[in-house]
Amino acid sequence: MSGADIYREIILDYYRNPRNFGKLEKYDIDAHDVNPLCGDEIEVQVRVGDGQKIEEIKFTGKGCAISQASASMLTELAKGKQLDWVKQVSKEDVFKMLGSPDLGPSRVKCALLGMKVLKTGVYGYLGAHYDDEDEAD
Amino acid sequence: MLKTEAFDVEKVRADFPILNRKVHGKRLVYLDNAATTQKPRAVIDALVDYYSRYNSNVHRSVHTLGEEATEAYESARERTASFVGAKAKELVFVRGTTEATNLVRFAWGAANVKKGDLLVTTLMEHHSNIVPWQLLAKSREATLEFVGLNSDGTLDMDSFERLLKEAPRLVTVTHCSNVLGTINDVAAICAKARSAGATTLVDGAQAVPHLPVDVGAVGADFYAFSGHKMLAPTGIGALIAKKKTLEEMEPFHGGGEMIREVFLDRSTWNDVPYKFEAGTVNIADAIGFGAAVDYLNAIGMDRVRDHEVRLLDYAMQALSKVKGFGAYGPQDSRGKGGVISFNLADVHPHDLATILDEEGIAIRSGHHCAQPLMHWLDVAATSRASFAVYNSYDDIDALKAGLEKAGKIFKL
Repeated sequence: MSGADIYREIILDYYRNPRNFGKLEKYDIDAHDVNPLCGDEIEVQVRVGDGQKIEEIKFTGKGCAISQASASMLTELAKGKQLDWVKQVSKEDVFKMLGSPDLGPSRVKCALLGMKVLKTGVYGYLGAHYDDEDEAD
Repeated sequence: MLKTEAFDVEKVRADFPILNRKVHGKRLVYLDNAATTQKPRAVIDALVDYYSRYNSNVHRSVHTLGEEATEAYESARERTASFVGAKAKELVFVRGTTEATNLVRFAWGAANVKKGDLLVTTLMEHHSNIVPWQLLAKSREATLEFVGLNSDGTLDMDSFERLLKEAPRLVTVTHCSNVLGTINDVAAICAKARSAGATTLVDGAQAVPHLPVDVGAVGADFYAFSGHKMLAPTGIGALIAKKKTLEEMEPFHGGGEMIREVFLDRSTWNDVPYKFEAGTVNIADAIGFGAAVDYLNAIGMDRVRDHEVRLLDYAMQALSKVKGFGAYGPQDSRGKGGVISFNLADVHPHDLATILDEEGIAIRSGHHCAQPLMHWLDVAATSRASFAVYNSYDDIDALKAGLEKAGKIFKL
């Protein structure tokens, strides 16, 4: 799969009807980042429940279909999981979630922005330092 | 090519080796010329010739190679200056427009901008004509104000006049917007700014490659442009200013070449423009710049402009038929450079660029180094197709087909 094949039905559906889009009234985690190259923007909010479980998660953002669909799908995956799951989720997991598209180097960052923001927020919450160079590149 | 011949785009295209390459198996349709242009064989040959025959440092060597290199470098300066109606001594070779604005920021700004002064630029500027002035304003405790825009993407001259009443120290403006294509009446702007006592700088990066430009008629204190946007190599550009202006300025970079005498406690400066060309200069690319200027001169800038106006008219007509297409900025090609910024319904420009790339079509997507303008347009990004002398109607037909394909994929 390559090039324009990324834009499958499911990606377009998540782009136009993003799940978990919006803001939470009460949240424990609030993280935001932009991709300076293209201006893609994602904010993720999480309410943490008992046992460090992701009880509620929502995102808002602006950007291309890939960045927005990827962030939306990731919130669906993350909901109900432990915060530790976020620490372990990898870029390969995100690619798999998107249907393993062949993204060129300039578009990989779009796909991974949601994960980067979620990880930044969770690591901040857990009080640990998150080195994005290792994880999100 | 003689000026009397009819313009033959196929003949021009044959001079650009890169146009033969395929991208994803398709003919390359290069429409990202406002970012950088492709290079004709004559420019590539000039670089190869310099490095294979007479590579040597300039100005200091008395041997044959040194003299040949110096002559070629200085001849390139003369031809590039005369291309915009300036004298050789009025042209400082710089890396590009960004270095030119930063040179003015330091070499002129440090001595001429004082606490409380007003600097004026416009909302349609490239970051290279905003950020240096923000930095200058911050370091000198001056303020920076922006001339606003009318809804058609032209400058709001009322807001310009209001700012002039506050006696700005510096007025900077782009000759042609890299996003909207708006061609500004820079001669009128500079004349008004001058009578208000302001020094003026015009960013010609998108004008000199596409229009006949006479810096004397523009009347700016500083006029800057980049080589790589006008068929020359990257890393070379020009800052034009009157000899007297350059003489009154402080140096920019200190080092070799820019000095007359160096003592332990002080130095004196070389004549202009050498005072501003510290260190070993970019000899090869300056020579390539000269070759690019020769190439454009052989076609004639009037004909370059005519060709691009025809492309603009053809493109606006063809693309406006595509479902979801909406263009920003002036719609009339007479007041517009060969740049079309647009969006296609809710298809994000990056997604569009990916789909077009699959068809061999290169456009630019994003904020085009003009974020304040993007905020004004109230968009995160736009797609941009921009033309050069080697683009053809076929290229625009390919773009139209590519947009239609993107529309299908996104079910518009």
